[in-house]
Amino acid sequence: MNINEVPQDKKNFKDGGLAPRKVMYVTADDGQYTQTQSAGWEAENLVLEQAWNDIDLQLSHERDRVLRKEISPIAYFMIKSRMDIAILASYAGKWQWQVRRHMKPSVFEQLPEKVLMKYAAIFEVNIDELKTFGH
Amino acid sequence: MAEYNSKKNIYFTAFINLFHLYNMIIPFKHQSQAHCESGVTSNLLKHYGLPISEPLAFGIGSGIFFGHLPFVKVNGVPGTTYRIYPGQIFKNVCKRLNVQYESVKFKNATEAMAALKKNIDQNIPTGCQVSVFFLPFLPEVFRFHFNAHNLIVYGEENNKYFISDPVMEDVTEIAYEDLARARFAKGYPEPKGRMYFIRSVSAEMNLTEAIKKGIKQTCFFMSSPPVPWFGVNAIKFLSKKISQYPEKLDARKATLYLGNIIRMQEEIGTGGAGFRFLYAAFLQEASVITGLPELKAFSERMTLIGDQWRNFAYQTARICKSRTTDVGNYQDLAVLLMGIYEMERAFFAELKVFNQTM
Repeated sequence: MNINEVPQDKKNFKDGGLAPRKVMYVTADDGQYTQTQSAGWEAENLVLEQAWNDIDLQLSHERDRVLRKEISPIAYFMIKSRMDIAILASYAGKWQWQVRRHMKPSVFEQLPEKVLMKYAAIFEVNIDELKTFGH
Repeated sequence: MAEYNSKKNIYFTAFINLFHLYNMIIPFKHQSQAHCESGVTSNLLKHYGLPISEPLAFGIGSGIFFGHLPFVKVNGVPGTTYRIYPGQIFKNVCKRLNVQYESVKFKNATEAMAALKKNIDQNIPTGCQVSVFFLPFLPEVFRFHFNAHNLIVYGEENNKYFISDPVMEDVTEIAYEDLARARFAKGYPEPKGRMYFIRSVSAEMNLTEAIKKGIKQTCFFMSSPPVPWFGVNAIKFLSKKISQYPEKLDARKATLYLGNIIRMQEEIGTGGAGFRFLYAAFLQEASVITGLPELKAFSERMTLIGDQWRNFAYQTARICKSRTTDVGNYQDLAVLLMGIYEMERAFFAELKVFNQTM
């Protein structure tokens, strides 16, 4: 890529405007490689924004499911923390099937305080927020 | 008067020592770089007086790679990588340049943080593997559970750590708790508090030999794996996978899968085109150091390959934008990727042959 073709497309979603300019390696007119800075590129901005939009979509989907008592608040906060079951299970020190089980509202209601506290700490919310979400 | 001056010096030194007891900051020159690990490696080497640029560190460390792992899913999306496994670049560069280094992992965060503090007190700037999710100085938009980020810790004051992160424009700070969590993030690849640092550098350093070794390993990793998930074969493999997306996935999934490939290729930390421009810059610098004009020609070819990757990213983003599952669009992408496969396959095969004559 030539130094004159370096895109300078800022991210205009969430706090993307705060993104540091990134170093790129490009060729000058004499063909020599040089370092330059780029504010971003529309192609990369678009896919990152889509990834975030998908998280928002999943969040509203999970919130509805929690409200309908189909799933426990753990499922909602897992998405909010950008985790999947594998990552959450490793933070909680549980097997994946255990975490899946804790996502059943009936099991969640019975969970001991200690386990709830662990989840709350992982999600960086207080325990009441976790327990009463969707109520 | 002389006596007074020497006395003043003693007081001054004592004052500085006292000051340092509470405020330990190593004079470290931060330089922003394209990629975290090769940037950290380059900045650490420069601190010890070895003028190794980022592209040189990347090339000697055999940083370039390609892999597509449909069975390793993060957040339900298959993994794609344009670089070698984390930790390899620093290790390779040190070994090939006769640099004595240490790389340690820990059982828990308390131990890991104590060892880091000890390093700082001994004036050793220290590289750490961290998860970007716990780095408050990064904008929220980048903070996912990506555990293969690297930064340098160069000072500490009242449980506040001073950080030189190559992808940041300037130095920054982080609280003890955040750094401890970032170093002990869970998931793949688990950092386990890994920290690495230079013990001593050697006067005997053969750059040409190091460049040769770096290229040799890269050609081996790119051309030889007998499985479809690694090396240039993985580009062909991904091309086939993409052509199947419209029939196997709904529009949402297909968009997420494609989007992730582009994020791995272009998001901060690659220098553009999935490290291909960084590698081209290395080959150009290597040509000057070794006096071999052929490497310059290889550099120019790698630039053209990088341009094709950029084109691939652009076309992919267009499909993501339209959220189409039109078979023709995906076929076009697959064909584009097959073209890149052919280019890289020939490139690394020929570079391998040339490397044997170096």
